[in-house]
Amino acid sequence: MRNFMKYGLMAAIVGSVLSFGSLSATAQDLELTITAPAGAGGGWDSASRSLQEAMMATGNAKSVQVVNVPGAGGTVGLAQFIGSAKGSPNQLLVAGITLVGASISNKSPVNLTQVTPLARLTGDPLVIVVSKDSPIKTIDDLLATIKTDVAKTIWVGGSAGGADHILAALVTKAAGADPAKINYVAYSGGGESLAAMLGGQATAGVSGYGEWEGQIKSGDLRALAISYPEPIEGIEAKPLKAQGLDIELVNWRGIFAGPDVQGADLDALKAAVDNTVKSEQWQAILKARGWSDYYAPTDEFKTFIASENDRVRSILTSIGLAD
Amino acid sequence: MDSISFLIEGFALAIQPANLIYAAIGVMIGTAVGVLPGIGPALTVALLLPVTFKLDPGGSIIMFAGIYYGGMYGGSTTAILLNTPGESASVVTALEGNKMARSGRGGPALATAAIGSFVAALIATLGLAFLAPILVKVAVKFGPWDYFGLMLIAFVTVSATFGSSPMRGLTSLAFGLWLGLMGIDQLTGQARLTFGVPELLDGVEVTTLAVGLFAIGEAFLVASRHLHKPEKPIPVKGSIWMTKEDWGRSWKPWLRGTVLGFPIGALPAGGAEIPTFLSYNIERRLSRKPQEFGQGAIEGVAGPEAANNASAAGTLVPLLTLGLPTSATAAVMLAGFQQYNIQPGPLLFTQHADLVWGLVASLFIANVMLLVLNLPLVGMWVKLLKIPLPWLYAGILVFASMGTIAANPSVVELLLLTGFGVIGFLMRRYDYPIAPAVVGLILGPLADNALRRSLQMSLGDPMILFQHPSSAIMIAIATIALIAPFIFRGLSRFQHDED
Repeated sequence: MRNFMKYGLMAAIVGSVLSFGSLSATAQDLELTITAPAGAGGGWDSASRSLQEAMMATGNAKSVQVVNVPGAGGTVGLAQFIGSAKGSPNQLLVAGITLVGASISNKSPVNLTQVTPLARLTGDPLVIVVSKDSPIKTIDDLLATIKTDVAKTIWVGGSAGGADHILAALVTKAAGADPAKINYVAYSGGGESLAAMLGGQATAGVSGYGEWEGQIKSGDLRALAISYPEPIEGIEAKPLKAQGLDIELVNWRGIFAGPDVQGADLDALKAAVDNTVKSEQWQAILKARGWSDYYAPTDEFKTFIASENDRVRSILTSIGLAD
Repeated sequence: MDSISFLIEGFALAIQPANLIYAAIGVMIGTAVGVLPGIGPALTVALLLPVTFKLDPGGSIIMFAGIYYGGMYGGSTTAILLNTPGESASVVTALEGNKMARSGRGGPALATAAIGSFVAALIATLGLAFLAPILVKVAVKFGPWDYFGLMLIAFVTVSATFGSSPMRGLTSLAFGLWLGLMGIDQLTGQARLTFGVPELLDGVEVTTLAVGLFAIGEAFLVASRHLHKPEKPIPVKGSIWMTKEDWGRSWKPWLRGTVLGFPIGALPAGGAEIPTFLSYNIERRLSRKPQEFGQGAIEGVAGPEAANNASAAGTLVPLLTLGLPTSATAAVMLAGFQQYNIQPGPLLFTQHADLVWGLVASLFIANVMLLVLNLPLVGMWVKLLKIPLPWLYAGILVFASMGTIAANPSVVELLLLTGFGVIGFLMRRYDYPIAPAVVGLILGPLADNALRRSLQMSLGDPMILFQHPSSAIMIAIATIALIAPFIFRGLSRFQHDED
């Protein structure tokens, strides 16, 4: 395993040196470890590995290693990170809104306000869809259906308490129904819930837009709205905000340093991240992966984390997943 | 016949020397990571993603497919030789395969696994090429009620087959079901039976339980016996190749395993475990030598191995047609597609036909390469068994613990592994079957979620399970399979009375 990581890493380094050899002359001496609090293949893992690639390609770090610590919506990785990265000048963590929800609903003793925010990186819109044969044509039709019988409106989406569930609850609330009565059938991810949508087993579905893009473009699913605050180029569905609902929810991912990282150490990490995010390489990665840029610098990100924490807690309480 | 001309074009793409090399590298890496427990194909593909960013899309996806198939081959090798299933899909292979190896027939066991995998993957890849668009329409209609019916069949057939008495089998199954309840409940997000340990929130890993019960438990048992009477290394009896009888007993299980594995693998929540269990049970029922099951029956390796590989090809159906990854490896492969701005889904077959058919063609080629790579290796693998037992089992202990730590570096995981090892030892010592516990852990949560999702969609009305013809039929089959043995026993007793 160790060898494998080493080979993978070596190959990655060789690969980047070959292509960007001319840039590595400006390389700083940072030797970083990024913790992805999830298994290989998920969103946080791919964000971590993309960041690894971009940081080394732009010469903002000498070496970057990605460590996967999966478990419990990221709270296991977060707890370990808080323990090991306290005051550390070379440890980073990638996390997002799911971890905010998971630390609340798992009643975890750790949460994202205990680590040092560096920057918000990406933000993907969620989409609300119905099947192509559904009598529901617009978001207003959906609101009316919810209002008629909230329990008979079957939602499908990702795991309980995650961003999908939160959006379904917000829409239910906006329809004037009691979010505690929501009939939300949780699946392990956008894949399985997609099958339930295509099989006509549900009234409406929520997922990351990218996961269902193919079916929306082919006409198998009808997108009613996206949860992003502004319209997005290339996405036909309009934001909820533009359709008269005051709801915005973005599946954001950001990067953090350990607790109590201060002074020159913090500035070095901030600079490395900021320079990477502003590079062409990072923009190219965003484009290739279909991620929306949702960059926010440290101070803005810090207030954002605090407000997301409060907001998610109040929604989870209203659907009975937190007290 | 558009498909055929597309397929020929695909082969033209796949046999380009560069792509052949990618496929070869892929199958070799895949076999290597399959042999080492813990490093699954998913992790390998994830590690290689940034490297392949510089390759062209065709080449890297072909390489990933090679790793995927190669991992499936490699996983069965350790299951057979060392009783250490590297992944949950090769748990069943270990049952008969290791018994064969221990009675000196490791060669034929490995050979039937390799050739069966080849046959199954070949047929299933054909199925992928020609049936994918139709199959996927059926697969998405498969509702939670249907999954529940399928689980019931699996439960009934599995728990009835294992062990010296039904009571022992059910006890072991109940232990697995209890473990399966641990962790965050997917439908409500609430923690169950975690005793305040955060590492348990994700439940018990199937491979941790399987490796603990099978490999570590076995090592403890051998050690406890070794104290009294040192065992000799296992001799290799007869030819290391399959005899005529082996071929005769293998070919039907290969085909039946394929027929089970491919469609179930194509289901969005099907997986590779259920078809391997079902295949094992069917072969046991159909075998002309059922008494050999539990002692090393070749059918019990041939069928499940074919089912395992056929389901791996089946997994590609929802991945390519819906963009729906149904296994961790498929999820990483999806990320690989997206890296090149290619979105698998309903439009993939029309927009990137060259890529899809290139992939299908290279799966054929990867398969041939795997067979060529694996058959000569059989002789080498079998020599592993000549290692003196204390060394061999020490090696197994090291590999098993290292693999578990590699997959999830945590103290809790290691403690669980050791605990399961002790339980595995006790179960062997007191003659409880081990497989039902693993089955319970795999199927329990699936059945739990399927039933509760059905009830959630019907607003609590249990009749939903019978209103859909497909689920009603499956529940009927399960009921018959449960009651039939008792009725037959009653009937034969009745006939005895008449005599």
